[in-house]
Amino acid sequence: MTTSIPSATAATSTAAATAVSEDGENGRSDETGETGEISQTSGAAETAGAAETSGAAETAAPARRTGRRRRGGLSPGKRLPASRLIGPVLFFALWAGASAAGQLDTNAIPAPWTVLRTAGQLWSDGTLSTDILTSLRRAGSGFALGLTAGVVLALTAGLSRVGEALIDGTVQLNRAIPTLGLIPLFILWLGIGETFKIAIIAIVVYIPIYLNLYSALSGIDHRFVELAEVQGLSKLRFIREIVIPGALPGFFVGLRLGVTGSWLGLVVLEQINATSGLGYMMFQAQNYGQTDVILVGLLIYGIFGLVSDSAVRLIERRVLSWRRTLNS
Amino acid sequence: MATHTEQLTSRPAPSATTAPAAPAVRLRGLTRSFDGRTVLDHVDLDLPAGQLTALLGHSGSGKSTLLRAIAGLDHEVVGSGELSAPDRVSVVFQDSRLLPWRRVLDNVLLGTDGKEAAERGRAALAEVGLAGRERAWPNELSGGEAQRAALARSLVREPELLLADEPFGALDALTRIKMHGLLRELWERHRPSVLLVTHDVDEAIVLADRVLVLDQGRIGLDLTIDRAHPRSYRDPLLGEYRERLLAALGVTEDHTGSEAHPDQEDHQ
Ligand SMILES: Nc1ncnc2c1ncn2[C@@H]1O[C@H](COP(=O)(O)OP(=O)(O)OP(=O)(O)O)[C@@H](O)[C@H]1O
Ligand SMILES: [Mg+2]
Repeated sequence: MTTSIPSATAATSTAAATAVSEDGENGRSDETGETGEISQTSGAAETAGAAETSGAAETAAPARRTGRRRRGGLSPGKRLPASRLIGPVLFFALWAGASAAGQLDTNAIPAPWTVLRTAGQLWSDGTLSTDILTSLRRAGSGFALGLTAGVVLALTAGLSRVGEALIDGTVQLNRAIPTLGLIPLFILWLGIGETFKIAIIAIVVYIPIYLNLYSALSGIDHRFVELAEVQGLSKLRFIREIVIPGALPGFFVGLRLGVTGSWLGLVVLEQINATSGLGYMMFQAQNYGQTDVILVGLLIYGIFGLVSDSAVRLIERRVLSWRRTLNS
Repeated sequence: MATHTEQLTSRPAPSATTAPAAPAVRLRGLTRSFDGRTVLDHVDLDLPAGQLTALLGHSGSGKSTLLRAIAGLDHEVVGSGELSAPDRVSVVFQDSRLLPWRRVLDNVLLGTDGKEAAERGRAALAEVGLAGRERAWPNELSGGEAQRAALARSLVREPELLLADEPFGALDALTRIKMHGLLRELWERHRPSVLLVTHDVDEAIVLADRVLVLDQGRIGLDLTIDRAHPRSYRDPLLGEYRERLLAALGVTEDHTGSEAHPDQEDHQ
């Protein structure tokens, strides 16, 4: 189909060059200094992401190439299969080897099989599953709350000047206070039950999510703003089709930091103010000198962290599939 | 300096074949300044509907400023003057400006809707030689392909006025020549008014029916190029135009590389 344009009917209308509201235009420069630290984190994470997805181009150099061998370039090359597991497996092998050789003081560091046997016993008691559930519920509720708050606040601050004026400074202030320092105050306010723990975890989670998403939303490339104007996008479509998709990479950086934060918050809370959960189990074990139980707790924390991070990575790769094609 | 129309021949301009009655773009006393520095100084200009006009000028002479004013993209710029432009305006930028998170077809369709929009998008992609690449990601396209996709995006809106700011500036010489052919062909088929900002004198001569030189905030030279299309880059007759334009830009071709003074413009 060919489109044709009636050339003579140039219905001219005065293009009003009046000032349009500035919202969402000029990149806001004020966050650069304050979130510098986060940006740095994001940079590192993006590099890691890029490394993860590159490599296809590096495979299979032509067989007939002689003389100067084709070098791998600066890309780290194709990812080894299941490479993420190599480090942990090696670590466990060393631990098991040293235990079997009797090189480790079993009171300080019990052998891996002792730890596993203890885990089995605790599981059949039924205590371990209750503790795990309690901890998961805490981390999960705190994370969900923090995620919601972070996203809602960042959207409000990133998409409206009024929201920005009200929210951004407040969050920056909140961020300057070490969240774990709020524990005593929160215990007084909310009691030593579940509520204060969830609240603290939510705060630890929302801050990185807010900072990264807000900075991604407000740092939208000015060239795309111009493009949206030229293409006649409405404000709503501009936000939906350009601002939000453009901010997703930043959001995922924040999300991963948030997930890590939820576990960090959980561990600290349960170690200091334990009344139930995995931390409580470990706290009790400390009183009785049961290093194997402490190691069971640490192991489970580690698995939680690893699994949740992998889940976020997986979602990120699905959602940001367009990034895979970045030529590396 | 008054705006003056110059012609090398006394014959009427070929643009007379398209109705010159209502200009697509009309500027009167258009002034724009940045921090008190006047970049456009009372520019008067009519672009007839359906004409392909090229705009030359030194770097920093205000070509982009003029184009952005016509496109209505200069909200924060201080200025005055009268400006009228059509409703349907498309802009092609120097970078293709494709959204990396949308596939090529979805990029072409940005800002359009309706049932047959996708059909038109496909047709536009086919016109620029990108049929079959609808589902590609922008990052998978070469520079020339990306720029062709950007051209398709601007065509899909059936613009009455197409503004292009150095659309081929980032392309290699070979691709650029192919893109010239494509642009001319698309223009002949759809007949929008085109304002093409360029650095490249030859590009302007080969493509445009009319070449403007922006100098010190004014249209310093307004040259109608009266040669049949397609034009060859080696056509010696175009040399005359080239010299005239280079002189207006303050460049002489006497291999010394020295800059000519404005008053040398009338030497030849
Ligand atoms: N947003 C801005 N703020 C301040 N000065 C500006 C701005 N945009 C343009 N200028 C100034 O206006 C003058 C004209 O700029 P413009 O971009 O129109 O030049 P140009 O002719 O397109 O140059 P080039 O060929 O290099 O693209 C330049 O001196 C530039 O520094
Ligand atoms: Mg320019």
